[in-house]
Amino acid sequence: MRFRKAKEFVIERLIYLSGFMSIVFVVLIFAFLLKEGLSMFWRVPISDFLFARNWYPISDPPQFGILPLILGSIFVTAGAGVISIPIGIGSALFIAEIAPRRTKEVLKAGIELLAAIPSVVIGFIGMVTLVPLIKNLFDLSTGLTALTGSITLAFMAMPTIVSIAEDAITAVPRQYREAAVAMGATKWQTTWRIVAYAARPGMVAAIMLGIGRVIGETMAVMMVTGNAALIPHSMLQPVRTLTATIAAEMGETVQGGEHYAALFAIGIVLFIVTFLINGVADVYLHKTKK
Amino acid sequence: MDKHVIETRQLSLFYGAFQALTNIDLNIGERRITALIGPSGCGKSTLVRVFNRMNDLIEGVSVTGSVVVQGENIYKPDTDLITLRRKVGMVFQRPNPFPLSVYKNITFGLEIHRKGSNVEFPNIVEQSLRNVLLWDDLKDRLEDSAMRLTLEQQQRLCIARVLAMKPQIILMDEPCSALDPIATLKIEELMQQLKKEYTIVIVTHNMQQAARASDFTAFLYLGQVIEYGETKRIFAAPTEKQTEDYITGRFG
Repeated sequence: MRFRKAKEFVIERLIYLSGFMSIVFVVLIFAFLLKEGLSMFWRVPISDFLFARNWYPISDPPQFGILPLILGSIFVTAGAGVISIPIGIGSALFIAEIAPRRTKEVLKAGIELLAAIPSVVIGFIGMVTLVPLIKNLFDLSTGLTALTGSITLAFMAMPTIVSIAEDAITAVPRQYREAAVAMGATKWQTTWRIVAYAARPGMVAAIMLGIGRVIGETMAVMMVTGNAALIPHSMLQPVRTLTATIAAEMGETVQGGEHYAALFAIGIVLFIVTFLINGVADVYLHKTKK
Repeated sequence: MDKHVIETRQLSLFYGAFQALTNIDLNIGERRITALIGPSGCGKSTLVRVFNRMNDLIEGVSVTGSVVVQGENIYKPDTDLITLRRKVGMVFQRPNPFPLSVYKNITFGLEIHRKGSNVEFPNIVEQSLRNVLLWDDLKDRLEDSAMRLTLEQQQRLCIARVLAMKPQIILMDEPCSALDPIATLKIEELMQQLKKEYTIVIVTHNMQQAARASDFTAFLYLGQVIEYGETKRIFAAPTEKQTEDYITGRFG
């Protein structure tokens, strides 16, 4: 009896501990980022770091302004959003509401497969197909542009958006649909005015998580955007994102050096942005459940 | 008997290979409350969903025979389901208001049928809520979500939402089964008010409700109408043995 109680106690604590660990890891990672990156802000004020226009980390004296990188990330992310949100929500509505069962199964399997493609493969395909296409289509000197990055990343945001939005739409109670149809609503009126409306919080969450994935994506975007740390003026110019900067330059830095700290400071910025986006998504996901 | 608004002739319905209704001949009188009773699975819900063709939503349903609603066979291939469902409203077993405001729940039908202009909406909303005796409770809460109302209020709202479309027939599929006895009585009172203007077909598993609230009663068993007639007579002197067994509680 006593042994059994002790066993219960130990197991309970272990499970409690493993649940707790995920939070501990996040805190540790953030602490590590702060430890390595915060020294940057003793050297360069935060406002200069965020809004100065030049990123020349290895010139003398170095310049650490990440505005071009922030804009690069914003351009690529916004572009990917414009492409993937309408298509993603549309296909979620199609899969959940319109597609016959067989089609639905096939499409859902396809979406899952799309999610499983490693980003480097998507980047590679983008590099050999999209880059020349964009170059010729717009008659540019290079096809490595923000637009190319947006299209590539749209493929990566899509599975997240579709599968989460589809779950939200499917979770809308049947009675709503029945009521609308019984009142003489057409399929489209039912889907758009009632079902999509009821699933709105879930769809917002889906979009946020999709966008979160785009902001954090590194490999694919590095392969197709050209990586020029310049302030972009159009979607048809090369850009460099925050993530690509860290990945591309980390190997060349001296541990503990100024450049090293600057890259960690970028990491802090990214961490905060994705944290906020996931936070918003989470708020909306909980709204759906109520 | 009075004018018939619904007439079925040799109506049979199949879910795939399973026959749920067999050769139903039923005349439903105008501005009367007609109750469909019978044990679970007897086909009463299926039958009521024939009248607005809600069974179409289920895969593999096929129907033979004819169903004439106000002079038109609604199973003709060119039937306009949207008009049909505006004329034949439906109230469901569980209150199912939309997750919208009280006001929008009522204007939804008006918007999809482009009935009346937006200027008239407030009047129609008020009138519909008055008809179901909700106006005094809800006139200051029109912008509240309908999900926050009590179940009884939700069910009344669902009726109001149907009334706003000015239907001629209201189908009720066990409309009180989610409500407590007092709310049930109130909904039954409301039905007595409504029958002055509307034809009502109600499915109920509650025989007291059928006896109290309806003018005509049809007893269904295994997909067939066993007996149909004035409620008073059906409950006082059923001619069929099965009807008598059912209403005296010997089975079902």
